[in-house]
Amino acid sequence: MTIVSRFRPTRGRNVELLLVVAATAIALLAYINVGAATHGEVPSSLLVLGGGFLGIALVFHLVLRWRASYADPILLPIATLLNGLGLVMIHRLDLAHGRTIASGMAVRQLLWSAIAVALAVAAIIIIRDHRVLRRYTFTAGLLGFVLLVLPLVPGIGKETNGSRIWIGLGPFTFQPGEVAKIILAVFFAGYFVQTRDALSVAGRRILGLTLPRGRDLGPIMVAWMASVGVLVLERDLGSSLLFFGLFVAMLYVATERTSWIVIGLSLFAAGAYTAYLMFSHVQTRVLLWLDTFSPDALKASDQLAKGLMGMAAGGMVGTGLGRGRPDITYFAESDFIVPSFGEELGMVGLFALLILYVLVVERGLRTAIGARDGFGKLLAAGLAFSVALQCFVVGGGVTRVIPLTGLTMPFLSQGGSSLLANWVIVAILLRISDHARRPLPDPGPSAIGGAETQVVRL
Amino acid sequence: MSELTLTILRLGLLVALWLFVFAIVGVLRGDLYGQRVTHRVARGRRAARAAGAATGGAAAAVGGPASAPPEPAPARTGWFGGRGGSTARKLVVTDGPLTGTSLPLRAQGTLIGRSPESALVLDDDYASGRHARIYQDNGRWYVEDLGSTNGTFVDNQRVTGPRPLDLGSSLRIGRTVVELQR
Repeated sequence: MTIVSRFRPTRGRNVELLLVVAATAIALLAYINVGAATHGEVPSSLLVLGGGFLGIALVFHLVLRWRASYADPILLPIATLLNGLGLVMIHRLDLAHGRTIASGMAVRQLLWSAIAVALAVAAIIIIRDHRVLRRYTFTAGLLGFVLLVLPLVPGIGKETNGSRIWIGLGPFTFQPGEVAKIILAVFFAGYFVQTRDALSVAGRRILGLTLPRGRDLGPIMVAWMASVGVLVLERDLGSSLLFFGLFVAMLYVATERTSWIVIGLSLFAAGAYTAYLMFSHVQTRVLLWLDTFSPDALKASDQLAKGLMGMAAGGMVGTGLGRGRPDITYFAESDFIVPSFGEELGMVGLFALLILYVLVVERGLRTAIGARDGFGKLLAAGLAFSVALQCFVVGGGVTRVIPLTGLTMPFLSQGGSSLLANWVIVAILLRISDHARRPLPDPGPSAIGGAETQVVRL
Repeated sequence: MSELTLTILRLGLLVALWLFVFAIVGVLRGDLYGQRVTHRVARGRRAARAAGAATGGAAAAVGGPASAPPEPAPARTGWFGGRGGSTARKLVVTDGPLTGTSLPLRAQGTLIGRSPESALVLDDDYASGRHARIYQDNGRWYVEDLGSTNGTFVDNQRVTGPRPLDLGSSLRIGRTVVELQR
């Protein structure tokens, strides 16, 4: 007693164009605001930078019209706006630190934005169908693992601020974990599509939970050990949480079993507690989290305290761009860009930014629901979840919901690898959504039935 | 620049940000895609069934499912109407448990039956899995029986081969009566 009908989706490319222009306009308004507040004039480079930025976004838009005309119309505008606002904030911190435009970080970030968009555009053009990625399931798994351990290789790996998550190649530094996130999502999606049936077979029911069989625990144990390895060897709680969370979330999406989440959370809690008992740097992080303003914690690091003070100074509507002092906090342009925005745009502005992230994640999950193939569903859900988890880890870290860990806020934070990874995530989501929204061609009359009968003379 | 300009700039930025968020949510409201599965209200079903059992006939859907969920909008299949004079665009259930349901006709064929792949899925013991198909040929709509057990009837005559359907003629499958409408 059900009727199945299909919606005929609108392409929404014109809406997208309008929203991209609006997003650029908002970013430029923020740029004017910074110029007016610091120098008392509209910055002279407004037209050049604004035109360049709009050009980058429009190229992406045109490629979508060309190659993915049914893709989701709101992902690109949101990514454009977040990237633009991040650029403005980094520029504003450059000014506060007395760096000129040429030597500042904003220009580098703009360059990285261009490279990231170019890569995303290339991904849209090259990957005509996301199901191609499934062929590289185990290649992706190997590559993801190599990228994860690359910072541990002596000579290439670099230790910065206590975490060993960077590699340095000549003058360039890169965070391979950001790219590994995407590649591992591809691997998990391909792997779970194959094994979901085995992983979701019924086991014993205990306390209303259907527990899996013992031999099916293998993959989750491997993922758990890898994430603990990252935590111990690279000393990076953020990446460790991100990878394991991504794995458990995709496992849950693939099998629909709540027990996997319970098992995953208890494993992670056990691992984190053991790490807390064994390693002093974890203990410091926990102290900073629970007792930020105690003398011991302030002696270790007053970064979190300064960030909180900054947000408190911003209040409801903020001090206005260029009028606060976010530059007092270290890493105000990367890890602590959320408090920087909280200080200068206030809670009202910060929540607008957070809602933009929520909308990105919603569109990703919506794409997963709409996708017709299991691999696309899992990949879209995994990528959307990785963005959500990353925002939670960063936002929760700077507001003392969870211990602070070094992850970047997608699109906002300064850092090339992060921008690159997030634009590619958007590109893959756009590709899957194009596939999900494109109406199925009418099956048409069958070829054999429609053909005329002929007498064949032999 | 004056303090007033700055205040206007910074508050304007916040307003612009939120307007952007609302614009996107507005776009989302109109952006639907994928499949829609309409589940009929169980209460209406039972009422119709009870009524059918009480009077012992298929015709009596007294107080049937008046609370029908919103129907799928008929697809604008467009311009083939002018040719053959048959301008039917949708299939409307006029009697039976699904009374009030309408669905757009597709030129390639609309399958009716119990199997979930049908366009109109019947929950009726008298209907076969793939019961009948309505399709368009040369501007006219035809119905053909797909080898059903209990038969398909047009105006109380059993359908044997493909049979043309006119606007308003009633087609009975099991306990369900459908007709073509504009």
